[in-house]
Amino acid sequence: MQTTGMKKDSKISPVMKKQLQSIVGEKWYLDSPNDLYTYSYDATPIFQSMPDAVVMPGTTKEVSEVLKIANEHQIPIIPRGSGTNLAASTIPVHGGIVLNMTRFNQIIEIDQKNLTATIGPGVVTADLHNAVEAAGLFYPPDPGSMRISTVGGNMAQCAGGMRGLKYGVTKDYIMGLEYVLPSGAVLRSGGKNVKDVAGYDMTRLLVGSEGTLAVITEITLKLLPLPETKRTLVAYFTKLVDAAKTVEKVISSKIIPATMEFMDQGTMKVVDDFAKLGLPLEMKAMLLVEQDGPEELVTRDIERIAEIAKQEGASIVQVSKTMEDGARLLAARRAALSALSRLRPTTILEDATVPRSRLAEIVEEVERIAEKYQVQICTFGHAGDGNLHPTCMTDERDKEEIHRVELAFEEIFHTAIRLGGTITGEHGVGLAKMNYLHLKVGEGGIELMRQIKEAFDPNNIMNPGKIFANSERRRLVVKK
Amino acid sequence: MKLTKTGEGVLRKFDMDEIMNCMHCGFCLPACPTFRQTGLESYGPRGRIALMKGVANEKLSIDHEFEKNMFACLGCRACETACPAGVAYGSLIETARVVIEENKKSQAKPPLARKIAFEHLFPHPKRMEWMGTVLWAAQAAGLQNLASKTGLIKVLPRPLAEMQEAVETVASPKERKKRQLKMNAEKEKLFTVGLFTGCVMDVMFYETNQATARLLTKAGCDVVFVENQSCCGALHAHSGEMNGAKGLAKRNIEAFEKANVDFVVNNAGGCGAALKEYHHWFHDEPEWKERAMAFVEKMRDANELLAELPPLSFTKPMNVRITYQDSCHLAHGQGIRNQPRELIRSIPGAQYVELHQADSCCGSAGIYNMTNYDMSMQILDDKMEDVKKTKAHLIVTSNPGCLLQMKQGIIRTGMQDKIEAIHIMDLLARAL
Ligand SMILES: Cc1cc2nc3c(=O)[nH]c(=O)nc-3n(C[C@H](O)[C@H](O)[C@H](O)COP(=O)(O)OP(=O)(O)OC[C@H]3O[C@@H](n4cnc5c(N)ncnc54)[C@H](O)[C@@H]3O)c2cc1C
Ligand code: SF4
Ligand code: SF4
Repeated sequence: MQTTGMKKDSKISPVMKKQLQSIVGEKWYLDSPNDLYTYSYDATPIFQSMPDAVVMPGTTKEVSEVLKIANEHQIPIIPRGSGTNLAASTIPVHGGIVLNMTRFNQIIEIDQKNLTATIGPGVVTADLHNAVEAAGLFYPPDPGSMRISTVGGNMAQCAGGMRGLKYGVTKDYIMGLEYVLPSGAVLRSGGKNVKDVAGYDMTRLLVGSEGTLAVITEITLKLLPLPETKRTLVAYFTKLVDAAKTVEKVISSKIIPATMEFMDQGTMKVVDDFAKLGLPLEMKAMLLVEQDGPEELVTRDIERIAEIAKQEGASIVQVSKTMEDGARLLAARRAALSALSRLRPTTILEDATVPRSRLAEIVEEVERIAEKYQVQICTFGHAGDGNLHPTCMTDERDKEEIHRVELAFEEIFHTAIRLGGTITGEHGVGLAKMNYLHLKVGEGGIELMRQIKEAFDPNNIMNPGKIFANSERRRLVVKK
Repeated sequence: MKLTKTGEGVLRKFDMDEIMNCMHCGFCLPACPTFRQTGLESYGPRGRIALMKGVANEKLSIDHEFEKNMFACLGCRACETACPAGVAYGSLIETARVVIEENKKSQAKPPLARKIAFEHLFPHPKRMEWMGTVLWAAQAAGLQNLASKTGLIKVLPRPLAEMQEAVETVASPKERKKRQLKMNAEKEKLFTVGLFTGCVMDVMFYETNQATARLLTKAGCDVVFVENQSCCGALHAHSGEMNGAKGLAKRNIEAFEKANVDFVVNNAGGCGAALKEYHHWFHDEPEWKERAMAFVEKMRDANELLAELPPLSFTKPMNVRITYQDSCHLAHGQGIRNQPRELIRSIPGAQYVELHQADSCCGSAGIYNMTNYDMSMQILDDKMEDVKKTKAHLIVTSNPGCLLQMKQGIIRTGMQDKIEAIHIMDLLARAL
C-alpha cells in the first residue's frame, strides 16, 4: 500500500523546479506531500487526484513565465481560485501544476463614471460586493458560495446565483479581460466600452471556459446602481405543482422578481435543523421570493406576488417585515447544500435546468427517479430560471449505492434534455459532466469546441482532461 | 515512511464518519484566522480535515509535516460555528493530535520543557503555587527588571521573555494564605457554588478568582473553594496528552462530588469548554462517563451564571469606552456571547463599543503563542488594528490566555497609556 502522497514520477524536473521557484519565489512554490494533498480536491465529492506542484504567482508577468515553461515541457496547468466548484474542474487528473490565483486579490479600480470595476481574478466575490456597495453600486451575480469563491472562478465557470432571474449571470457582467495564453502571450479583450463588436467576442468565449483556454489575470466588470430597497416573501405549498404554477403565473403577469428560490420538503427540514427558522415542515415545498428596486415598486410587486401565490394554492404566505428578516431567510437558502450534507457522508449536487414552464414536471420526475433507483434526492434551486439542484445524499464508500446514484443522475439529465433543458445551468462541465455534454451540443458541437481549444492551446496543457470526454467513464478518479 | 505497528492502531482512532461529513464546501475558510493569514489550504480547516483523511486512509504519513500542520491550528473553533454541515472540528483536531503524540511516543522523547510542564507542573497545584511564589519573589525583588537589563532574559525562549512583560504582579504567598475557604452570600442565599480555581488562573490571576467569588456572593451565592481540585486538562487534551487529561478530569470530578454544590463555576473560557466536555473524554469508561455528565451539568461559566442571577447592583459608575474580545472557547465552544456584553452594558456609565470580528481568535489559544510565536503575533497585530479603531479605554476578555495576549498586544503597539486590558470579573468587581 502507498503510504505517502509523494509521487515517484513527478513531471517536474529539479531544474524546472528551480526555474519556477526563481519566477515566483520559493515561498510560493509548494510541493510537500501535505501541500500537494490539499490541492488534490475541490468541492466536488468523490474526485481526487494529486498535482505535482502548486504555484502561486503574484503578477501577470509571473503567470506568463510559468506558462512558457509548462508549455515547453508539456506540463498541465490547472488554474484555481478557491476550489469551490462542483464540476471537479480543478482536479489535476493528469497531475501537473495547480496555478493558484488567489494572490490576484486587488480591486484595482471602481470607475464611478463608467460604472465598471477592474479587479484581479482572485478577489473573493463577497469582498467585491462589499467594495462596490460601499460606493453605492451593485454587482448582481451572487453564487451560494460567494463568501469563498473568487470572481475568476465565477467567470471561468460562469457562475449563476439567486439573482439570475432578473439580473442574469456572471457572463452578463464581464466586459473585458486580460489573459495569458500557454505561449506566454498576454492579450486583452473587450474593455469599458458598452458597445464593442471588433471581431470575435473573445471575452464571451473565455467566460465559462473552465480554465481550458487561458489564464485570466484581470477582469473588468459591469456595475449597476444599487437598488434602493428590497423585500422578501415566503410561500409554503402542500403541492409541488402549485409552487411551480406560482412561478409561471408571476412571470406571465410581467413581474420579474430579483430572486425566486425553491426548496422541497426534504431540503426545508435540513435547512431548518441548521438555521432554526421554525419552518412549517409539513409543507411539500416553499418559494422564497425577493424583489428589489424603488420602494413603491417593491411593495406593489410583493403584494401582487402574495396574491398570486394564494390564488395558486399556497397555504401560508409571509412577507418579511425588515430587510434583515429577509436576509436571514436568504442566508438559510444559501446554506442549503451544506446543510443537506449533514444527512449522509457524501453529498452529490447536480445542476439540471429546464425551461421554467417545465418546472413541476422535472421536480416530479426527479422524485420518481429517486424512488426507482432507491436513492435519497432532495431538490432545491433557482425556480425563477428553471435551474434546479437535485442533490443526492449518499456514501462514497458504498460502491453499489454510488452506482445507483450514477444511473439516477444519468436518467435525470436525459429527462432534462427531453424537456428542452440542459445538463448544467451554472456549475459547468468539468470532469463530472463530460459524459453528458454530447447530449446537449452534439458531436459536431464538441468537435468545434475541440478545434477552438487547439487554437488557444496547441499542446493541450490548459486543464487537460476536462469538458471533453474520452472513452472511459470517470466518476471515480481517486488516483494514488 | 512506513507506518509502525502503533501507527496502524492509532489510525483507527479517527472518526471516519465525522471526517466524511466535511463536504469541502469551504464555508469555514473565511472564518479561520490561520487561513486568512496564509491563504494556504493546509492552513485552513478544509485542508486540515483533508489531511486527517489522508492520514486515516494511509495516503499520507504521520510525519513532521503533518504534525506542523495540525499544531498550526489555533483550536479556536471558529470553523465549527461557520460550518453548515455541522462537522465537529474540535474533536477531530484533538484526535489528530492524540494520534501524533502516540505515534511519536514510540519514537522520540518529547521536548524537556513540554514534559516538565505537562507532567510535573500543571497537574500539581502545590507546585503551581510554588511557581507563583517564585514569580512573586522575582517580581518583588525587581529581578525581572534586572534580568531584562542584564540580558539574562535572553536565556528564556523568546515567547516567554515577551510574555513575562505582560504578566501582572502576582499575589504574595501571604495574601494567598488569607483566602477563606468559604465566603457567604451577602443577601438571601440562593445557591451554593464551588469555584473552579484553575491552575494558571489561581497563580497568575489570584485576584480575578477572588473578584469572581465576591461577585457571586453579592449575587446571592455561598462560594466554596473546593479542595483537591486540579488543572482542567484542556492544555493536555489539545496537545494530544489524552491520558494526562483524563487523570486530571477524574480528580476534579471527585473533588466536586465531595463538595456537594449546586453549581461549579469557572471564569476561564478555555477551561470552561474543556470542563463542559468531560463526558466526551470518557466514551470508553461508562462509569466515569456518568459521573462526568453529572459534573458537566453543574458547570457554568461565571458570565453565564451571573446573567441568570438577580442583577448585580453596581455603585461605582465608570465613564469610559469599553470593548470586548470574545474568548473562542466561550463563544464558539460554549455559545456564550451575549451574557458578557450585557454584563458590561449594565455597568452604570459604561459606553460599550463592539469590536470588529470580536469572535475571531486573538492568537493566544492555550500555549499557541509559545509554540507558534510568529503566526500568533501576526494574528495579534491584525487584532490590535481593530482594537485601535474602537477607541476604547478598556478591552475586556473572559480568559486568562486572551487577557495576557491583549496585554502583550497593547505593549507591542505602544498603547499602554491609552488602553488597558482587563478580565471581565475584575471589571465588574471594580464597579461594585
Ligand atoms: C456551497 C456551495 C454553493 C455554491 N453555489 C453556487 C451557485 O449558487 N451558483 C453557481 O454557479 N455555483 C455555485 N457553486 C459552485 C462554485 O462556487 C462556483 O463554480 C464558483 O464560481 C467557483 O469559484 P472558485 O473561485 O472556487 O473557483 P475554482 O473552483 O477554484 O475554479 C473553478 C474553475 O475556474 C478556473 N479558474 C479559476 N481561476 C481562473 C483564472 N484566473 N483563469 C482561468 N481559469 C480560472 C478553474 O480552472 C476551474 O475550472 C457553489 C459551490 C458550493 C460549494
Ligand atoms: S464548512 Fe464544514 S463541511 Fe464545509 S469545508 Fe469547512 S468543515 Fe468541511
Ligand atoms: S480551529 Fe480556528 S485555527 Fe483551527 S481550523 Fe478552525 S478556525 Fe482555523
